[in-house]
This record gives sequence, structure tokens and C-alpha cells, in this order.
Amino acid sequence: MTTTANGRSAEGGIRRVEGAPLLQLDDLAMHFRTSGDGLLARGTKWVQAVDGVNLTVNAGETLGLVGESGCGKSTTARLITRLLEPTRGKIKYQGHDIAHLSERKLRPYRREIQLIFQDPYSSLNPRHTVGAIVGTALRTHELVDKKGELPRVQELLEMVGLNPEHYNRYPHEFSGGQRQRIGIARALATQPKIIVADEPVSALDVSIQAQVMNLLENLRKELGIAFVFIAHDLGVVRHFCDRVAVMYLGRVVEEAPRDALYEKPQHPYTQALLSAVPDIAVVRGVPPKTRIRLVGDVPSPVDPPSGCRFRTRCWKAEDICAEIDPPLDEKAPAQKVACHFAEPPAESIVAEVPA
Amino acid sequence: MSDQSIRAPQTVTRTARARGLNEEAYLQVTDLQVQFPTADGMVKAVQGLSYSLPLGRTLAIVGESGSGKSVSSMAVMGLHDAKTARISGSIKVGGREIVGLSEKDLENYRGKDSAMIFQDPQSSLHPYFTIGDQITEAYRTHNKVSRSKAKARAIEMLDRVGIPNPRRRIDNYPHEFSGGMRQRAMIAMALVNDPKLLIADEPTTALDVTVQAQILDLIADLQRDFGSAVVFITHDLGVVAEIADDILVMYAGNAIEHGPVDKILGQPLHPYSWGLLESIPALAGEPQPLHPIPGTPPSLLAVPSGCAFHPRCEFRDRVPGDLCTTLKPDLIPRTADPGRTSRCHLKDPDQIFRSEILPRLP
Repeated sequence: MTTTANGRSAEGGIRRVEGAPLLQLDDLAMHFRTSGDGLLARGTKWVQAVDGVNLTVNAGETLGLVGESGCGKSTTARLITRLLEPTRGKIKYQGHDIAHLSERKLRPYRREIQLIFQDPYSSLNPRHTVGAIVGTALRTHELVDKKGELPRVQELLEMVGLNPEHYNRYPHEFSGGQRQRIGIARALATQPKIIVADEPVSALDVSIQAQVMNLLENLRKELGIAFVFIAHDLGVVRHFCDRVAVMYLGRVVEEAPRDALYEKPQHPYTQALLSAVPDIAVVRGVPPKTRIRLVGDVPSPVDPPSGCRFRTRCWKAEDICAEIDPPLDEKAPAQKVACHFAEPPAESIVAEVPA
Repeated sequence: MSDQSIRAPQTVTRTARARGLNEEAYLQVTDLQVQFPTADGMVKAVQGLSYSLPLGRTLAIVGESGSGKSVSSMAVMGLHDAKTARISGSIKVGGREIVGLSEKDLENYRGKDSAMIFQDPQSSLHPYFTIGDQITEAYRTHNKVSRSKAKARAIEMLDRVGIPNPRRRIDNYPHEFSGGMRQRAMIAMALVNDPKLLIADEPTTALDVTVQAQILDLIADLQRDFGSAVVFITHDLGVVAEIADDILVMYAGNAIEHGPVDKILGQPLHPYSWGLLESIPALAGEPQPLHPIPGTPPSLLAVPSGCAFHPRCEFRDRVPGDLCTTLKPDLIPRTADPGRTSRCHLKDPDQIFRSEILPRLP
């Protein structure tokens, strides 16, 4: 292969700009248009699904993205994988901005940035065999010749714990957990450097969920792939991620290394989120934790509150919160919080495990 | 802007209630079997389920997809179509037999003595009618009252489940409510006739965690006020630990473990329960590798012989001979703990849990 205009090196990978992180999101925003009610659709409104997100992922690192429905975590996933074109901001992959690249120029990047979907039922074409599903990725990127395709597909199936002889079966012949493995094999086919996993285990039963998580964990360790891991289950994210970012209404409100975020969360929303998780440890004699109950619902992203977006549900809110939008500042080593009154909780929010 | 005041964080602690002396069962399920004939054979969805539940207590039924937890509860509500489901055994609600009731009698029973909250409030509320229409209809079906009286009752219920400004919101359509509010509206509709038995089928699974916490608090509050018996179907053991008094673990149509929640979650005796606990990542402590249950749940068309869990059980070799593959164990007490039973051939599950499973748990 030869070097092309978009910085593809002789080995077929994207050449990294000196010193650039693997992935960097810079003031990323995605506003969707909703048609207005009136005549001639006047009063067109914009849903600010993602509004000014800054995140960095280094090679081999896993970044967790948590938040509730409508916080923009899935939109962020679709932006990183460029299934959406952002309204504003930069998506830098190894230093190259891919935010507005054309489909043709994106292709080499698509090879290195892969996506695993939540729903193992709708994300696999029911009329294609497993071999075709996984093989398409190989063919599209011209990774193997015709003779090498089947052995490589079988190798990939084996890698994700499926029987390699099942390459000619259809998705409906597999269970939910097995289908999710097919989706993972498809993502691995192009040997990506980063995988965006959007709720990869949420649709699975508890025992199957643990199987798939162990598989992802092993693949990550063996292949050194970086992950952006999106989930609403805080336990799952904690298990899998080095660093965690909490999103609320299109913004990152707190970002910290895993232990800092779970043990000393500083943003009131992070604290409320953690305290709302039902904890099984209670029955094993661990004292029940203090609860913070949020009142009401998330405001509409069409017309988010002025200043801090969380202030309408925040028990710490004062006048300044409505006037000045708190920046995402470093409040502790490597821990960034967007709050005027950020402080760690008085006592641990997650139940302490007795030694 | 929002018409809700912002409250300071509340502190709520919930401790398991002691068993009262007045333990007369309101719901009594005995040897319930539910089967569905299909072109591929008989689907044995529930096989010989028995449990009882007194007023004022919450029973959590836990299990994975296809374990029979929803099918058995729909039988309690009389929701199975007699043309497609074969139901045998007995379900007594307040002394009245439900199995075999005519459709007319069932209509009278459903929504009055017992009510159900479903997982997905989006699809359980009719999009074409206002919230108020749907709640008043539920009320007027069982009570001969005027429209205005029924409306007053609906407003009262919406207020009770914490919907702000109920007088105005009663004329809204379901799509004008958020997910959490819709679930509240559905709870209001379920409780409008003061049912003594409430079945909640994964009522918080579709909700976000902060909203889930609100709804769990609400259900616990309402139960305290109304004194009803609650069957809570879920797959989330954390939710069970928060809300339930008793727990029934189901696997492939069978109850495999039953008893007080602190005992079953604190010291489970069935290898399947162990596997569930070891599959849940913890919120504190150094993350441990998960020990998932190998394999997948069996097809209900061909439930394994003997103990249905034996193909996935890692402790099968601790049982002498081929007992696990040939003989289905009974659901009987295995320890001195009162009121708990499990379905397993292991001689000393207590010992195995303490020495092998507990150290691995996060």
C-alpha cells in the first residue's frame, strides 16, 4: 500500500501526529433540528444533544461514559464513529480532525475506529450469514484475499468464543449473548485501535452479561485496544474502565480516574447518580448508604437551563449557578468537575465493604 | 420552568421487616403449571410453582429471560388466553380460585382485587386517550360513580403518586409525560381501585437509575399505606435487596430457591444463585474478575432431565452418582433457617458457599 493524502502510512494505518493522543474531542457539539409548530415551520428549534464536549482517550485506555437517557452519550458514540457529522467542534484521531471528512476520505479511519451496538438483534442483518457479516468488514477494507477470508473469519469467531464451524449460520440461530459476540467479532475484524461500545451488555441477562464482559476484558488486555465504553450501569462501567466521564444534558459534568469518581465524586449529579444505585451489599450486613433523591426530570435539551444545566434539580444551587456556566476545571489531581460548589461527599456514597 | 421545588437530599434507610404473627396468605399459588402447545412441541414455561404471600409483604421473583417469572405472574392476573395456554394447579387470591374462572369473572377480578404494573409504560398506556380518561375508565369499570366523581378520584391518585399539578396534567396524553411520570401514572391507574395484590413486572427496568430510585421509594411508600401484597418481578438483585421481604429465584420454569431476602442474598444455597451473585460487578473495592455461569439457559421445549440447571452447574461432581441428571431435587429446607427452601442435591451447600463462593464475592 502507498501513502495517501489523508496521512495513511505504508503499513496501512493512520500515521500519528507527533504527541497527539489517540482520540481527542474538542468542544464537540451536535444539534438536531426539530421542525417548529407554526406556519412555514417557523420557530424551528434545535435539540442540543451534545453541546461542548471535551474528552481525551489515550492508546489502550478505557474511558467510561455514563449518564441517563438523553444526556448525549449515544450521540457522542455516533460522533466519534462519524455516523453523524458534528455541528461544531473537532474529532481528532491521532491528531487528524475527522469531523467533516467525506465518506471516501473517512474509510481508512473507519477501519481503526469500530463500534459495538447495544441491540444484538437489530444490529445484524438477518439475511446474511455470520461469515458474510464478519467477512464484509474484511472485504471492504481489503484486508485479506479471497482465499484467506474464510480462515480469518473462523479465527475471529474462535477469538470471541463461538464455534468456527458456525460461519454459515444466520443470526437467528444464535442466542442474544452469542449475537453480541458476532458483533464483537465484526468490530475486531479490521484490527481497530479504538472500539466505541454503546451499551454492549445492557440487553443481556445477568449471567450472559458477565460472560461478554469477561470476553471484552480479555480482548482488551490481549490486543491493547482502547475503548470508549458507554453504559448506564455504574457497576459495569466501574468494572471495565480506567477513567469515567459523567454526562448530563449534553455536557460532561465530571471526569476522573475510576477510584476517584466512585469514592470521592465531587459533582452533585455524580453523587446523586451513585447514591441511586440499588446496592446488594445491604443484605450482607453493610450499613445502608445515605441516599440523595433527585426531584423531577431532566429538562428538555431544546431549551436547557441557563448557566449550570443541573441547577434546576440541584440542592446546592444558588444565584451564581443560573448566571455563570461552571467550566470543567481540575479540582483534584486528574479530576475535572464542572460545578461552582464541587466538593467530595462527607461520607462515602457507595457502601464500604467490611474488611 | 419546573413547578417542583428542590428538596434537600433525604436520608432513607430500609430494613427488612420481621415476620409478623398474622401470616395468613392472601395469595396462595399451589403446584402451578403453565404450558404452551406450539408446532415444535410443548413449551413448559412454569413447572409446579408453589408459594404464598401475606398482605403487607413484598415477594421478589428473580430469574433470567425464560425462567417463567412473568408467565407465572400473568397467570396470577388471569391474563393468559385460555386458547393458547394450558394452566393447571391452583392460584388462590383472598381465598378465591383464579384458575378456571370465566372471562366475565376474570374481568371483575382484574384491576379490582389485583392489579399489575408493566415494564414499559410507553406501550401499556393507550396513546390516543388522555391519562385522565384511562384512569377514570379503570375506576368506573369497578365502581358505579359519576364521571366527575371518577375524575376527582383520578386527580387524587395522580397527586398521591407524586405527579405535580395533577389537575392540569390529568388532561395530558401519555406522550406529554416523561418516562418516570408515565410509570407513576400507570401506578396510579393500578392502585385506583385499592387492590390488595399488586404485581409489578420489571417496573423500573426501562427507567434511569435516579428515576428508578424515585419509583422504588414510591412503591414502598404506597405499600406501607395500602397494606397490599406486592409481587415484584425483576432481574436486578440490587433492587431486590432494597425492596423485597422474600425472594423466589426461578430457573427454567422451576423455583430453585425461596426464603427471606437477607438469607437468600446473604447466604444462598443454590449454585445458580451463587452464579448470579458472582456475575454482578461491585461498586466498591478492587474489581474482581467475574465468574459467570457457563453456557446459556435451556430451551423450554426440552428442559434438561433431573435438575434443570445440571448442564451449567460447576458443582455437579460433588453429588455422588448421576443424581443430578436423573432425579429432579425437591424444593425443601436444607438448613435450620426457618422459611427457606432450595432445590439442589448438594449435601453441604452452606459449607461450599462459605469456603469457596464468599471469598470470591466482591
